[in-house]
Amino acid sequence: MTNKILSEQDKTSDRVMLLQGDEAVVEGGLVAGASFFAGYPITPASEIAEGFAQKLPAQGGKFIQMEDEIASMGCVIGASLAGEKAITATSGPGFSLKQENLGLGIMVEAPCVVVNVQRVGPSTGLPTSPSQGDVMQARWGTHGDHPIIALSPSTVKETIELTIKSFNMAEKYRIPVILLLDEIVGHMREKVRVPAPAEVELITRKRPAAEDRDNFYPYLETADHIPPMPDYGEGFRYHSTGLFHDKTGFPRGKTEDAKKLMDRLMAKIEENLQDIIIIEDELQGDEEIIVLSYGSTARSAISAVRQARELGIKAGWVKLKTVWPFAESYVAEISNKVEKIIVPELNRGQLIGEVKKAAAGNAEVSGINKYDGTIIPPDEILTRIKEVSK
Amino acid sequence: MVEDIDRYLREDKLPHIWCPGCGHGTVMASILRGFARSGIDQDKTVVISGIGCSGRASGYLDFDTLHVTHGRAITFATGVKMANPDLTVIVITGDGDGAAIGGNHLIHACRRNIDLKVILFNNNIYGMTAGQFSPMTPTGATATTAPYGNIDQNFNLCELAKSAGATFVARGAAQQPRQLIRIFKKGFAHQGLTFVEAITQCPVNYGRRNNLGGARDMLNWQKEHIINHRKYQDLPPEEKEDKLPAGILYQVEKEEYTEKYQQIITAAQESDDQ
Repeated sequence: MTNKILSEQDKTSDRVMLLQGDEAVVEGGLVAGASFFAGYPITPASEIAEGFAQKLPAQGGKFIQMEDEIASMGCVIGASLAGEKAITATSGPGFSLKQENLGLGIMVEAPCVVVNVQRVGPSTGLPTSPSQGDVMQARWGTHGDHPIIALSPSTVKETIELTIKSFNMAEKYRIPVILLLDEIVGHMREKVRVPAPAEVELITRKRPAAEDRDNFYPYLETADHIPPMPDYGEGFRYHSTGLFHDKTGFPRGKTEDAKKLMDRLMAKIEENLQDIIIIEDELQGDEEIIVLSYGSTARSAISAVRQARELGIKAGWVKLKTVWPFAESYVAEISNKVEKIIVPELNRGQLIGEVKKAAAGNAEVSGINKYDGTIIPPDEILTRIKEVSK
Repeated sequence: MVEDIDRYLREDKLPHIWCPGCGHGTVMASILRGFARSGIDQDKTVVISGIGCSGRASGYLDFDTLHVTHGRAITFATGVKMANPDLTVIVITGDGDGAAIGGNHLIHACRRNIDLKVILFNNNIYGMTAGQFSPMTPTGATATTAPYGNIDQNFNLCELAKSAGATFVARGAAQQPRQLIRIFKKGFAHQGLTFVEAITQCPVNYGRRNNLGGARDMLNWQKEHIINHRKYQDLPPEEKEDKLPAGILYQVEKEEYTEKYQQIITAAQESDDQ
């Protein structure tokens, strides 16, 4: 069973629609089999809640508006453990509130999707203006070491693609996946084709066999590091906790269990970087300058690089669709081939730190940063390309 | 009637970590005896708890169990119940977990009248963290964070749950396990938000600091002050002041939340078919 939500007709036919990024999360989610949404109103993400409230019940799914962001995150994890493909959506202030329960989700390995349509922070900030200010929060927002996956679309089309990928990765790796939109992508309308579920690969969590009930270890160390997961109510009677635990799911208060579990949680991601890290680039092999970006900023980057090429500048662009885990070896490799890497971001410089670390001095890394709620237009990136090409 | 409650316990996880004289074990056993009498399927029951002494109960109980973040058990339980209304979902919380950090979730779950069985172990203190005052530490009592006496007022949790919309509200005490068992049996059979305040003694981190004696003295206090609600009704006002009514204080039949949502699904699917 990959999709219990869409009607038979919707499962087999694609649709061409004019959609906002927020609405594309809903459409992509339904294609991926989203069956549960819990959320709380917040600009600029409320359209996602509104879309799911409208569309889920007709397809047998459930929507609930909770009393706050913390409750929404808890609710989504509960629904996931009961067997649903669950999703919540928020923006910066709400994303901050979700962090503790996000950590619980990582610890009990509950597949779910957390959308953050980024707005300018800190605090209430600029609620209706775009930002990429939550990139580091997506990585390190919940306390302690932990694995995370964060994807970031730059167009409405990519929002559909990456929403489906978010659900697939969440189910495959038993982990909350963060989908980082920004206000531009969230509110911009573009003509998109919503694929039929039948034409996309849909992944559903690995489940234990019913006969395993009597000798079941919910957090068994399997070769792929991903233990099979039953639904509540199937008779497995298993325990999950935010405390460090062994394969039985229970805490023993032993320090070796903490290391063992942390290593396994990290290995789920670190041993599958090829599958998780999605990169798009346009490189001709002669590049001296690379513009590396993600999210809506990539649109300006692509435009600027193409203009630079027309001027005869050997420039190329790289778009990270997966922000976390960071594409460290990819960046390390290109840093040996190019002289300059430009990293435009709608923040004071967040992912650039990772780029510098990976480039390790092999290429000169510089940022273009906006954090006043305005975008980085192509000409500003082009100007920088021209400057560094001299 | 002696129920076999061993089948609901993860015996390899016992003995429990609760201190000598603590009332939590009595309340937990009463929950299981009430559950045994309710006839509900063990495999279709989920127990969710938060952080604190009460939070440890989920680990001892042989159901699908989830031990979550501080104060948030009700939110996870809401997700489980919404996802699969066929499950019986029990929340075990405490006076710090459920009335302080989780107080907002408690009143909103009551408001929805979602069918969760919320059992709040009230020991009047943060016991696990060694004696800070909770919303249920009596005014004037001392705690590690109220060394000069607690100036906060308490909630009346049963009145709070009732006014927030709970449709089954009861209070019992560790000193009166038979009454607790009856409350739980009836509460598990109720459809809608079921709130039970179980008063339990913490001799180590509350009683000792407030010169209330040992567990026996605290149980005697419960016997004298937590009295059947019918008897309580007839008391003159001055005698009511230091007492609390016990038993099923309120029960009404009202449409339950997941049933209402199912109607939305049915209506949406019918209009889709047309």
